[in-house]
Amino acid sequence: MIRVARRYVPILTTLALVVATFVAGSLAYPNFASAGVVRNLLVDNAFLAVAAVGATFVILSGAIDLSVGSVMAFTSILIARLIEHHAVHPLAAIALSLLAGAVFGLAQGLIIDLFKLPPFLVTLAGMFFARGAAFLIHPQSIGIKHPFVANVLNDQLSLRLPFGERGVSIPITVDIAIVTIALAAVVLRSTRFGRSVHAVGDDESSALLMGLNIRATRLGVFTLSGLCSALAGIVFTLYQQSGDPAACKGFELDAIAAVVIGGTLLRGGIGSVLGTALGVLLLGLIQTIITFQGDLSSWWTRIAVGLLVLAFVALQGQLSKRDE
Amino acid sequence: MPRGNVVDDLVSEPSPLLRVSALSKRYGRVAALDAVDLDVSRASIHALMGENGAGKSTLIKCLTGAVSRDSGRFQLDGRDLDPTSPRDAEGAGISTVFQEINLIPHMSIAENITLGRESFRAGLIDRKAARRRAEGAIARLGLSIDVSREVSSCSIAIQQLVAIARALDVQARLLILDEPTSSLDRTETARLFETLRRLRDAGLAVLFVTHFLDQVYAVADQITVLRDAKHVATRATSAFPRLELVSAMLGRAILPSSTSVNAGPEQQSPSLATKPSTNPSQAVSSPSGSPPFTDGSSAAPPPESRPEPSPRPTRDLLSLRAVSLAGSIEHADLSIAPGEAVGLAGLLGSGRTELAKVIFGLDRADSGSMSLDGQPYSPRSPRDAIARGVALTPENRKADGIVPSLSVRENILLALQARLGVWRSLSTRRRRDIAADLIAKLGVKAASADAPIASLSGGNQQKALLARWLATDPKLLILDEPTRGIDVGAKQAIERLIASLISGGLGVLFISSELPEIVRTCTRACVLRDRRTVAEVAGPSLTEERVMEAIATHD
Repeated sequence: MIRVARRYVPILTTLALVVATFVAGSLAYPNFASAGVVRNLLVDNAFLAVAAVGATFVILSGAIDLSVGSVMAFTSILIARLIEHHAVHPLAAIALSLLAGAVFGLAQGLIIDLFKLPPFLVTLAGMFFARGAAFLIHPQSIGIKHPFVANVLNDQLSLRLPFGERGVSIPITVDIAIVTIALAAVVLRSTRFGRSVHAVGDDESSALLMGLNIRATRLGVFTLSGLCSALAGIVFTLYQQSGDPAACKGFELDAIAAVVIGGTLLRGGIGSVLGTALGVLLLGLIQTIITFQGDLSSWWTRIAVGLLVLAFVALQGQLSKRDE
Repeated sequence: MPRGNVVDDLVSEPSPLLRVSALSKRYGRVAALDAVDLDVSRASIHALMGENGAGKSTLIKCLTGAVSRDSGRFQLDGRDLDPTSPRDAEGAGISTVFQEINLIPHMSIAENITLGRESFRAGLIDRKAARRRAEGAIARLGLSIDVSREVSSCSIAIQQLVAIARALDVQARLLILDEPTSSLDRTETARLFETLRRLRDAGLAVLFVTHFLDQVYAVADQITVLRDAKHVATRATSAFPRLELVSAMLGRAILPSSTSVNAGPEQQSPSLATKPSTNPSQAVSSPSGSPPFTDGSSAAPPPESRPEPSPRPTRDLLSLRAVSLAGSIEHADLSIAPGEAVGLAGLLGSGRTELAKVIFGLDRADSGSMSLDGQPYSPRSPRDAIARGVALTPENRKADGIVPSLSVRENILLALQARLGVWRSLSTRRRRDIAADLIAKLGVKAASADAPIASLSGGNQQKALLARWLATDPKLLILDEPTRGIDVGAKQAIERLIASLISGGLGVLFISSELPEIVRTCTRACVLRDRRTVAEVAGPSLTEERVMEAIATHD
């Protein structure tokens, strides 16, 4: 009983913190517990959630991907440029950028696997590469004014919920994030690829001797991470209604923080997408509270995140110590 | 093919399940396997024996496709086999359970058994089916375990059985077990053997690699011996007396022991030196005429007789009075004089390792007193202990001892550097000299002092660890199971080494679960039972029987 519970300690802690933070916010500030606030919480963190899903796969497999933020920026400026300067239909531009992200991730995976290089360094190189490529596409941000984006994607496809006086509209970006999380949860839990990701992260040499395909798993993980980064870039672009080559600097670290706070072990093997989703919510709630406080600099969010990450790393350290 | 001169008529049997012909594999200039032949029959348990470095592991790695062979042929059931990966070999019907149990620690038993060959329903993994299959596989082994348990929460023995259940979940025809019993206790081993017999009777062929003679005689139908990368002998177990087996493995004279001449051959422990003193030269059939024993430690006297208890010096090197530590040691009295090897005997869990930890400063005693060299001694950390001249080679060599990625030399110099402190450096030349000297003295077999220590065999790693502590010139050396998992030859080398160390005035605390070893190596033995020191056996009365009596006595 206790043993089983122990692996759920981090995720339960995160859940408790999410609830506690929300309750605390509701008690401290009027209007905090409103549909509008919750909506903004989801909308403002949708792209973080998508990026963090990719990071969950990578970290579960025992690796790391530092190129996330740069790939997001690359995607965003690519879409904006294609739509605004080359008159490409937004859907085609989105498809193209997803493909670009996946290929970029696959390339990183191939380099890591073929040359036996550490993911940290290869994706660090990838981070610089993608950032540079983003500026090559266009050095400034480009606003997207295409009617399809404004009318269809951001308006007609929004979900209207009858909360509050005027109702709440949930944009497609939130749907994308939720679907991504749900799909990822199923993949991790109930496909051979998902189980291999866990196995490789938990004990790679055992996984090899058990006949799992380590290479395919690793390539899959990095391809998926590239794909999620691109998707996060798309969500970010729809959210901002513009593409920006300088956007999302260091965003991979936010994603990693969300993953760790969500209870995934940084050395791999243990963790869940659901935890990551909770981690994203917790980060978003802290941001919201600091905004509500009004007289606090928003940089306090970063300090809070830093303390949280530290606390979770310490918690994991305690848990894995007792594991031995 | 040259098959040695002791091959029986197995070869003429109707086609074996597995036939290995003229298998060769070289690593650099070293031959790991040299034209080795091996036949494994259906429905039999076949033991593969040999000293470390004989080629057993390489043979298995080639068979499972983990390593590619240079030349030779595999036939399974008459058909050629050319596995390129463990998965490939598994597909052909060869399943392997490796020595370090290869399971995914944070997954359930059921998942571990079905991982990589799951059943699917609607495109997704069918967990219910996985559970059923796992339960079936576990039941085949005659066990009943909750398959939803996480593997890391199970004992090593259960993990071993889960690994076997996994190996059998595919349609395995040959099951390879690489030293499956090294971490199992007696009951667990018995249970494993029962399982193996059951599987054999159901038609499975088992290839079983082990160090333990007792186990081979308990379970194997056939024995194949490899030595120095060559096939030496294959015989039915019943036609292979122990002494001949040992001499086939060693290819050299067996050193008889004076201690347990009166022990009957059937009550023997695996330690070969407890053999009755048969004239070794008659017993050894050495087909390749290997050179006599040259293990590099010529400085040490041969352990033909246990060191005579010299008149005990009046001064103790180490003495413990009523030492206790809650949950670890209840009451321990112990003394060691300079130039004395004291054995610490007792069953697993009797507090042997725990006592060593207290002496080495890893744990602090709650009460009682210790003195070292006449001075009060209460180390707060291993650093303290090292500074006072105490050294410890831990029980778990891989986890606590060696630093695998460092070279042999660096590993040897680690403790010396720690003793000197960070600021006092040793010249490169001096480091070279110290390491080279110790490597030669202890007979550490390594390609060079710069070779990574992980590339050494277990026995040689142990010697390198000993060298590490000898470099610090300690007064007291604590050896916790120094011979576990190493082969017979390396064991003898280490025993000789201990003898030469104590003749140089060092005090040794020797922890071992093998009584013959204690009896051979030590002048005195302290017996622990239920975390208390209960008896001390010294001088002529130090025999296995006396120690066992002390362990077995009830208050």
